[in-house]
Formats: sequence, C-alpha cells, structure tokens
Amino acid sequence: MITPILFMLSTSFKEGAEVYSLTIFPEKPTLVNYLFILGESKFIIWTVNSLIIAVLSTFSVLFFDGLVGYTLAKFSFRGREIVFIAILSTLMIPTEMLIIPWYMMSRTFGWLDTYWGIAFPGLMTGFGTFLMRQFFMNLPDELIDAARMDGWSEFAIWLRIAMPLVIPALSALAIFHFLGNWTAFIWPLIVTNDPDLYTIPVGIASFNGEFQSDWEIVMTASCLATIPTLFVFIFLQKFIIKGIMLAGLKG
Amino acid sequence: MRPGIPGCSLSDKKMLSRFLERQTIGQKQALTAWLFLLIPILFYVIIRFYPTFEAFFVSTLKWNLLGKQKFIGFKNYIKLFEDEEFWLVLINTFKYALIGVPISLLFSFLIAYYLNEITFGHETIRALYFIPFLTTAVAMAWVWRWLYQPVPIGYFNIILSWFGIAQQPFLKSLDQALYSIMAPAVWAGLGFQIIIYLAGIRAIPQSHFEASSIDGAGRIQVLREIILPALRPTILFLVVISTIGFLRIFDQVYSMSADSAGGPLNSTKPLVLMIYEAAFDEFKMGYAAALTVVLFLILLVISLLQLSLMRRWTR
Repeated sequence: MITPILFMLSTSFKEGAEVYSLTIFPEKPTLVNYLFILGESKFIIWTVNSLIIAVLSTFSVLFFDGLVGYTLAKFSFRGREIVFIAILSTLMIPTEMLIIPWYMMSRTFGWLDTYWGIAFPGLMTGFGTFLMRQFFMNLPDELIDAARMDGWSEFAIWLRIAMPLVIPALSALAIFHFLGNWTAFIWPLIVTNDPDLYTIPVGIASFNGEFQSDWEIVMTASCLATIPTLFVFIFLQKFIIKGIMLAGLKG
Repeated sequence: MRPGIPGCSLSDKKMLSRFLERQTIGQKQALTAWLFLLIPILFYVIIRFYPTFEAFFVSTLKWNLLGKQKFIGFKNYIKLFEDEEFWLVLINTFKYALIGVPISLLFSFLIAYYLNEITFGHETIRALYFIPFLTTAVAMAWVWRWLYQPVPIGYFNIILSWFGIAQQPFLKSLDQALYSIMAPAVWAGLGFQIIIYLAGIRAIPQSHFEASSIDGAGRIQVLREIILPALRPTILFLVVISTIGFLRIFDQVYSMSADSAGGPLNSTKPLVLMIYEAAFDEFKMGYAAALTVVLFLILLVISLLQLSLMRRWTR
C-alpha cells in the first residue's frame, strides 16, 4: 500500500546511477536533491502560497460555515428552510461547471494571478454548513437562553459559547478543508499563469517539461509536497479518522 | 387638532432603540439571523448560483473569450452529439467509474473486513492504508509514472523481467493506459473507503453477532446475513461518492498520460479534461460550457438515484 511512497522517499535521497537501483535504503544518502529543489526552483514560494491560501480559506470556512450552520440550527425565522435548501442544493453543482464563469469573473475583476482569485471559490462550503448545522442542532437551547438572560449579544453567544462546544466538528471540518485545499489542482491551474503564484500541485505539474528525466528531482519535489500533510496526519490522526467517520455518518 | 404624535420629537437614535424595544423576541431573532446570513447569502448568490445560470447561458453561445458573443441556441449540444471525440471521452469517463468503483469498493471492503478482526497494531495498519489519501494526486502521478517506465527505470517492468514476462508499455499503450491511470486513483481512495467501512462495521450492535454465533452461523453466513445487510447505507454512500469522484477524474490523467494530455490518441481522456482543453486551450467557451452541463446532468441523475434509494430503504 505505501510502497510507492517508500520508493518516492528513498529515491529523493539518491543520486547518480543509484537512482535506478531497487534498494529502499540508499547506500550513500544525499541531500543534493533537496538543496537543488529548494535553491533552484520556486518550491519555497509555492509552499508559502499553498500555506497562505489553505490557512486563510480554512479560517473563512470555519467562521462562515460555523455562523451559517448555527443560524440555521438555532434561530427560528421565516425563510430558514429555503435558505438551508438553497445552500444544500449547491452540493449538487460540480465545481467543473462553475470554472468557466469563475474564470470570466476573475478576468473581469482582475483576480487572475492573485491569492484572492485562487481562494475565493472555497471561502464557504455547503458541506461544512450542513455538517455544522447538524452539530449545532444537538446543542441544548437552555444554554443559549441563559446567556441571553445574562445580556450577552447574539454574536458573542455564538462565538464564545456555541463554537467551543462543537470543536470536534470544527477540527474535522478544518482538516478536511485544509487537505482539500492543499491538494486542489484544476482551479489553481486555470487561475494562475505566473509561476510566482503557483500552488504546490500546479508547480509540480509544471516540472513536466523541465525535469522530465530527472526522476530523483521530481521525487524529491513530490516528497516535499507530501511531507506537510503526513505531519498533520501523524499529529492529528485520531481527529482525522473520527472526522471522516463523522462526515461519513452524517453525510 | 390632534396633539402631536409622541415620538416624533425624539432623535433618530432614540427612535431606533424604541423600534428595537417594540420588536418581539421572535422579530429580534429574525433580524439577527438575517444579519448573520447577509454576507453568506451574497457569497452563495454571486459565487454559486449566478455562475450556475451563467454556465447554462454560455453553453448557448459561440464565443472565444475575447471576441463577440454570438447566441446559437442548442447548436453546441447538437455539435457535441455529432463529435466523435465526445463519445470516446464519454466512454472513457464511464470506464473509469464502472471499472474503478467496483474494484476499489471490493478491495477496501476486504481490507476493512480483515482489519476489523485484527486487534494487535490495528491503528497503525489503518494509518498506513490511509496515508495515500493524504497525498497530492499530482505528486503521486509522478511516482506512478516512474514505476511504469520501461527497463532499466520502471520498477514494474523490472519486476516483470525477473519472471521472464515481456515488457509492458503501460502508459504508452492504447489498451493499457486507461487502467494504468486508474490504478493510482483507486490506490489513493482506498484509505478513505476503509475507514468508512470500518465505522459501518463497528456500528453493528454486538448482540447481532452473538445471536448468530449461538445459532452456529459460519463466517460466510455472518458476512452475508448480518454484515452486508447492515452496511447497505454505507455501501450506497461509498458507491455514490466514488462514482462521482471517478466521473470527475482529472488530476491523474492530466499529469500521467503519455504524448499529450489524455493520450495516447485520447484513449485516456475523461470529460473534465475535455472541458479543460476546450475552454482553456482552444477557447471554445460555449462548447466547453455545454460539456459542463452534460457532466452536471450525469452527476444529478446519480445523486437523485441515491436519494430515491435511501428513501426506499429507510421507509
């Protein structure tokens, strides 16, 4: 199962003829490939781009999906069902269908080759809103009413009382969204033209012409792209697996 | 003359606070709710709903992005049905789904089934299976591309040569390329499916298993009569999720296919890649939009099928 990943890892430490040997542990481990990638390519810039976009977009999703999920679960007002069904219905629309209009929009407003242009389609998600609504519905109303009696503002009740109580759901949503953003390919590929604004996947795809036969270089770049998510996984393993189970059961 | 209406002399600020005081709790709640929803509603209207309608609209245009838009009605759709490449691409797309989904769901079920019985090192093994799900498809595409190379580079061919089996062209072959690209897609999805299956198996009440062991049921019987029926919703969920995933395959094909994207000779090209090329290489925006509408309709049918099956089962 992880054999391809092991090959990738071991090759990234090899050079010269050793690249084509089948050994898992390199005889003469070397860091030249890493130094080459970090020095000669724009990999560091791409990593920074990927990080900024994934982090900002994740915070936006937590904030807005949390707020909308809470509003739809805990306020009663006319039109609530319609808003909920409308947001839910966006799950039926495949991203690919929106890409052409998004591109037209980005061209008109000058969003091509900007962070905003890469990030704007994912700032709120129907899935996250649905997930958060499910969790907020289980929250006892008494808690909210008690805070109202104490004179808390509605916004403060949401942020300081309701949100901390659904941290497991929030962390699952955060991990999902971050991962999805980190590996997202087709939209960043379309909206960026300038190599300084590539995200990691787009950057790696651009190796196609340049380093076609330098397999160890490409393997090293692939390694660098995978390592951050592996770290996230090792530290948050329990959360991730629980989160997938939650999402699977609720969705 | 009637006395002046009280309140008129008050300043605006006082009027507002008085207005708020006069609201019932219900009205206040509704006001707050709409305030909270203001920005999100704007977002969904501008970034989701308007572009959806625009996609339908663009699909009725002849337009190269820079020149004038020309309304041509359903001509893009007619052209599409006469386009041989479209039918080839549609067949490829369904090949990915109809072959990829059963294979990946069967593998992941078998792994989950046995993983469920292992108690020692259970979590570590589960984690190992899950790791491919975390990788970037584009990065892994490079690794797989390398594995598929001819001797002396590609490991698959090296291993074949040990057993004296002829070299395989893999990505360069008209017959093998599609399956060679499908493999990493199946591989990357297994971890997710295994975890969902495990959650489903764990959710079966222990008493069901105990009852069957009293009845002296064998392993196969337990599997057929208890586990599989209980997993029906889980399996439906996974079938739909992974069918949609395979129908939208793009990253792997874009990064792995030989000659040009979707090659050799379009034998691996899926619908999303055709959309990408039509829109952003050839700038046939109307034609590309028509293709996205086709994709939308296919996915819509699948989602509706899922909903109706779910309803029937929960009733």
